[in-house]
Amino acid sequence: MAKHKSLLETLQHQGISRRSFLKFCASTASLMALPPAMIPAVASALEQARRPSVIWLSFQECTGCTESLTRSHSPTVEGLIFDAISLDYHHTLQAASGHAAEAARTAAMEENYGNYLVVVDGSIPTANPGYSTIAGISNRDMLLETATGAAAIISVGSCAAFGGIPHAKPNPTGAVAVSDLITDKPIINVSGCPPIPVVISGVLTHFLTFGTIPALDALGRPKAFFGQSIHDRCYRRPFYDKGLFAESFDDEGAKKGWCLYKLGCKGPTTFNACATAKWNSGTSFPIQSGHPCLGCSEPDFWDGGGFYKPLSTPTEDIAATLVYGAAAGAAAGVALGTLNHARKTRAQQAHAPVTVDDLEKGDGQ
Amino acid sequence: MGSATPVDGDCGSGAVRTGNVLPLLHEIRHALQRWLDAGEPAMIDLRSIPMAPGEEDELVSLLGEGEVHARLSALGPSDIYETRFPGVWLVTHYNDNEEIMSRFIEVIDMPSILKSQTEDIRDGQERLAAQLR
Ligand code: SF4
Ligand code: SF4
Repeated sequence: MAKHKSLLETLQHQGISRRSFLKFCASTASLMALPPAMIPAVASALEQARRPSVIWLSFQECTGCTESLTRSHSPTVEGLIFDAISLDYHHTLQAASGHAAEAARTAAMEENYGNYLVVVDGSIPTANPGYSTIAGISNRDMLLETATGAAAIISVGSCAAFGGIPHAKPNPTGAVAVSDLITDKPIINVSGCPPIPVVISGVLTHFLTFGTIPALDALGRPKAFFGQSIHDRCYRRPFYDKGLFAESFDDEGAKKGWCLYKLGCKGPTTFNACATAKWNSGTSFPIQSGHPCLGCSEPDFWDGGGFYKPLSTPTEDIAATLVYGAAAGAAAGVALGTLNHARKTRAQQAHAPVTVDDLEKGDGQ
Repeated sequence: MGSATPVDGDCGSGAVRTGNVLPLLHEIRHALQRWLDAGEPAMIDLRSIPMAPGEEDELVSLLGEGEVHARLSALGPSDIYETRFPGVWLVTHYNDNEEIMSRFIEVIDMPSILKSQTEDIRDGQERLAAQLR
């Protein structure tokens, strides 16, 4: 496939009809969480879209994010998108290794200087560069070098976005997030442990389609997917509002599908798309399977004080406290510890409803 | 969307309701009114609406099946039903593995995806001409 063909030409070359293209655009708009009124805009943007070159860097990570992505793309609409991007370097997926792989990275950088997209999964150790190296190059050096000619950086997963599990106390490797090292490039944080596959591909698709950065919240996450809390989109919410809670995993409340707040659900302080996008091709998500949300898309979720500990520890009867909480809506939840309280408050303030204009806006934060 | 897969991922969700089905039906009713008054079509993306397990099926069965059922074969199948309510269509796009990629309710006289596209007509005309040569 020639690199400089537009996506439309690429699809036509594969014998894909205009009607199929329109179906593809409808599903792509849905994937990007755009309102259906945007489908014609998606179609005209995709007609002209060029294949961007993508350099994927995997640092201190568990490969879960790449697993999540590869689960999403093969037979789906996102598959076509991935046929349409030029993944020039991904050391987990590519066949080449060592110097040959590094040569591919350097070549892609030179050829597309200023225009390529860097995707990072994993955090970067700063205590001792030896904790994680690729072809003898420390993660930090490789990130700084690769970022110089990037149009934008996508931090995939909570490790790249916020430091994640390597950054959990006592953080033995001195792990930091991409945004701690790079300050002069637009960075899109696609957090989650792992991120939802359609969210990863939705963000890549947005860049491919419009060539711009989607509107971001205060934590650098695309508002289209992270604009609302799990709690605000949770189908168990009517029980929360009525003060009906499961007290253990096998009591009557659990069997009736009541709210999991008392079992430690972090839904009220967690912004992610699980409740609507769901997992495994839309089958279910943790709360639907009876397990509280861990808050995996929020900074320092690992140090939030216990997955099964309720968010606040009220002194009075929890139901009475929550009647008040429900009235206050999304602001009811308290932050995961005091650490990131200020950041979180800013994030919550930034969660205004998303408009079409916001989505087209390319100015990052 | 659970209908596409045999996996039962639900737990303790027997009687849960988000209460989103009724407002959706009202939204459809208003959209029909706008179509009648101004010829303005509407489209609702079902993926963007939180639903409890079973609620989407409930909505689909409330809408029922009307006079038209079309099946596309374009990048995998698509099912297009006119519901019991003329002008209200349920459009489900699948990929080659029959997994749902997107699902919309359209309020319009005919979903535009059903129409032949000029580019495809031109392409077909050329193929026919070549065959007759
Ligand atoms: S606390 Fe958790 S289970 Fe309860 S309504 Fe909120 S997100 Fe859903
Ligand atoms: S429900 Fe919560 S913990 Fe689970 S994947 Fe979604 S955001 Fe992460």
